[in-house]
Amino acid sequence: MPASIVTWRFSYESEAAMSEAAVPIETKVDTQIKRKATLNTLSRIARYTVVRIIVLFLTVVVAVYLTIMIANMGGYVDKIQRGQIQESVSQMLALNPSYKSLSAAERQIQQESLIAIQEKRLGLDQPFVVRSFIYLKNALSLNLGRALQMASDSGSKMVKNIILERLPATLVLFGVADVFLFIFAVLIALSLSRKYGSFWDKVFIALTPTSSAPGWFYGIFLILIFASLLHWLPFGGMVDAPPPDSKLMYALSMLKHMILPVIAITLSQIFLSAYTWRTFFLIYSSEDYVDMAKAKGLTSRNIERSYILRPTLPTIITSFALLVVFMWGGAPIFETVFQWPGLGRALYTAVGLYDTPVIVGSTVIFAYLLVITVFLLDIAYALVDPRVKIGGGSKPQ
Amino acid sequence: MKAIKNTFKELLRYPSAVFGLIIIALLLLLSVYAIISIPYHQAIILWRGGEGIWYENPRYAPPSWLNYFRRDKLPETIMLSSLDGTAPKTVTPADPSGSVVITFTFDYPYDAFPQDIAVFFTSHYDKKEPFVNMSWKTPDGRDIRVASFAISGSEAYYFSQDTKLQRRLAGLPPQQGLFVADPKAGLTSPVKGTYQLIVDATTFEPDSTVDAEMVLYGQVHGIAGTDHLRRDLRVALLWGTPVALAFGLLAALGTTAITMVIAAIGVWFGGWVDGLIQRITEVNLVLPFLPILIMVGTFYSHSIWVILGVVILLSIFGSAIKTYRAVFLQVRESSYIEAARAYGAGSSRIIFSYLVPRIVPLLIPQLVTLIPTFVFLEAGLAILGLGDPTLPTWGKIINDAQQNGALYKGLYYWVLEPAIFLMISGLAFALLGFSLDRVFNPRLRGM
Repeated sequence: MPASIVTWRFSYESEAAMSEAAVPIETKVDTQIKRKATLNTLSRIARYTVVRIIVLFLTVVVAVYLTIMIANMGGYVDKIQRGQIQESVSQMLALNPSYKSLSAAERQIQQESLIAIQEKRLGLDQPFVVRSFIYLKNALSLNLGRALQMASDSGSKMVKNIILERLPATLVLFGVADVFLFIFAVLIALSLSRKYGSFWDKVFIALTPTSSAPGWFYGIFLILIFASLLHWLPFGGMVDAPPPDSKLMYALSMLKHMILPVIAITLSQIFLSAYTWRTFFLIYSSEDYVDMAKAKGLTSRNIERSYILRPTLPTIITSFALLVVFMWGGAPIFETVFQWPGLGRALYTAVGLYDTPVIVGSTVIFAYLLVITVFLLDIAYALVDPRVKIGGGSKPQ
Repeated sequence: MKAIKNTFKELLRYPSAVFGLIIIALLLLLSVYAIISIPYHQAIILWRGGEGIWYENPRYAPPSWLNYFRRDKLPETIMLSSLDGTAPKTVTPADPSGSVVITFTFDYPYDAFPQDIAVFFTSHYDKKEPFVNMSWKTPDGRDIRVASFAISGSEAYYFSQDTKLQRRLAGLPPQQGLFVADPKAGLTSPVKGTYQLIVDATTFEPDSTVDAEMVLYGQVHGIAGTDHLRRDLRVALLWGTPVALAFGLLAALGTTAITMVIAAIGVWFGGWVDGLIQRITEVNLVLPFLPILIMVGTFYSHSIWVILGVVILLSIFGSAIKTYRAVFLQVRESSYIEAARAYGAGSSRIIFSYLVPRIVPLLIPQLVTLIPTFVFLEAGLAILGLGDPTLPTWGKIINDAQQNGALYKGLYYWVLEPAIFLMISGLAFALLGFSLDRVFNPRLRGM
């Protein structure tokens, strides 16, 4: 099993590091070799990072292009734009006094020429394929146009501002929830693997099917119990209305509103994640080097940290990455249930208003978010998987 | 065949699998019952509601079995009509003026007041409208004049909207004031006993007729309660079952089958085809699933078939491809395939005798565990308002409940009923899937 060989080598390295503390004197050649090794590792990591960035960027381009194509399949976006042009031009002609003297026929000609100019400006007279690349360039540079009806809190109708205003709310909620879930799940998984076969172990195994329900489902129940029935926690939203003045009270109020959503996300994933990761820990703790460490007399905490947690971290991070991506996908429904003023709720509102630019813009930003998540977790994987540092082995998968 | 029987016997050793199977069987029975008792077209018409279909139900009424858990019993709907004989009608022919007397007699043993009382009149006349006098007889012998007015062809009289009657009842809403012992003493509990509503109509033409139907809207109704449009939730709960099951099953089947085929193609042809499939999988990982579904639902069609198609399309390049690919790679390199080809086995024999048994242990648990994901996805889309607007599904009930502030108003049954159905379905399939996984993949059994 290749994993064990590599990780054994790595654990040997860490042991060497530990025993080095007892022998502080080192020769000049040793330091030179070490410096070269560090440079090698850094260059490998850098190369890995650059490759990943390029691959992910290409992925983003393809994904955004697909999004645009889907959004305008059937020419829906075009229709809306044409309608907008027609309306604005005819309004302008009706209101502008200098056009009043024209006869009906002349006004018609004028209207048509103005419409043609506008269409040319927006590129509507070109075939869609050409225009799709213009949209793609716009989307990649975050030039997402103007909304039809929605506006940001600061009054701007630029889709970019509308989205960027709501993005932090989503990031805060999902970031906190993900971190909480990860730490909680790892701790539980570790303790379960220690007490394998115990009562709690069986309870967790029995409860794994509950993870088939998404976060918003638990959210509904939680709101029902804690907000509607017991009136302990708020129904939804991010802060109390009206929002408190002092920054501390604002933060506390936001924390209070975050309790139910975070619990909902945790509940929906904890049992399955804890169970899967505990299984990984069990698999890795049955390795020979763990027995050797126990024979050496290392404390169980040390064993857990260096010999069990360390090798499983890459696998856990991959599974966690998939989890986070999956949760991003459920953001619209989740935020709608909790009335959380984030990107998902913005998308839902835009759907209700048929506000196309915002819908397309939100989808593009979601694609970006997913890519950034994958990228960050790839970096975390690179930092944690020794095969990347050493440079050998297959591409981490 | 024997293999299937063996796996089934293995499965039955797990109590969770038995539990899951029982629930799935019940759900299937419920679906069959739903489709048989309320045919599809009728269900759509019923669910669209509108005039004349649900008018006899109260609004926002919890299910009637809640009364078993209450000490103070809430009233159920009482319907009496002169058309079906539940209310006796005495006709005196017009000469020159005749009368039609309809008496509604009912027992009222409840501890709370009705939501409303309505009388629906239908009458036939040539030129002169009949004139109606209504009076109310309480069990303690009081006679209260309700209203007097002329009626046209079809007329609806709602007690709650009669302000004159309300004033006569010391400001109490009529559907409550008519039941208390003394309206001037305020709102005490209703007097129990037999009540009578007497409709005395005077007709001015020899062949003019008057019929009336009294509906006393209860506070509870039916086995599932009603919603804001007075629709019986039973219809949507029943019909949600086959819709949810069908959607979940079709989506899971379609996705798993196509994913397997794609993985097989990738492994079979190798080279650039394989690489292309890998790249497509990576791009697919980054495509925002729900936002794209939302886009398609908003821009194109809310039809459940379109949504199903897009869901399958977006799911086939999921991460399951890697798992199938691994198995296929193993199979391709194995020696018994080489041996089979050596003895001249055709591709179909290789596929069915060697490939399929290797892939089935992976496929079936995946499939079953995938079903709840799609069931919840369909419900989630309905909550966002993107569900099929004509179809009564569980997610639609939750959507309606949210739009009408059910949790805020304390109408828990409205949210709990579809949620519990969703949970039971999801749980049943998840339990079955996990047990199937343990049966087919024995290495997990040791854990």
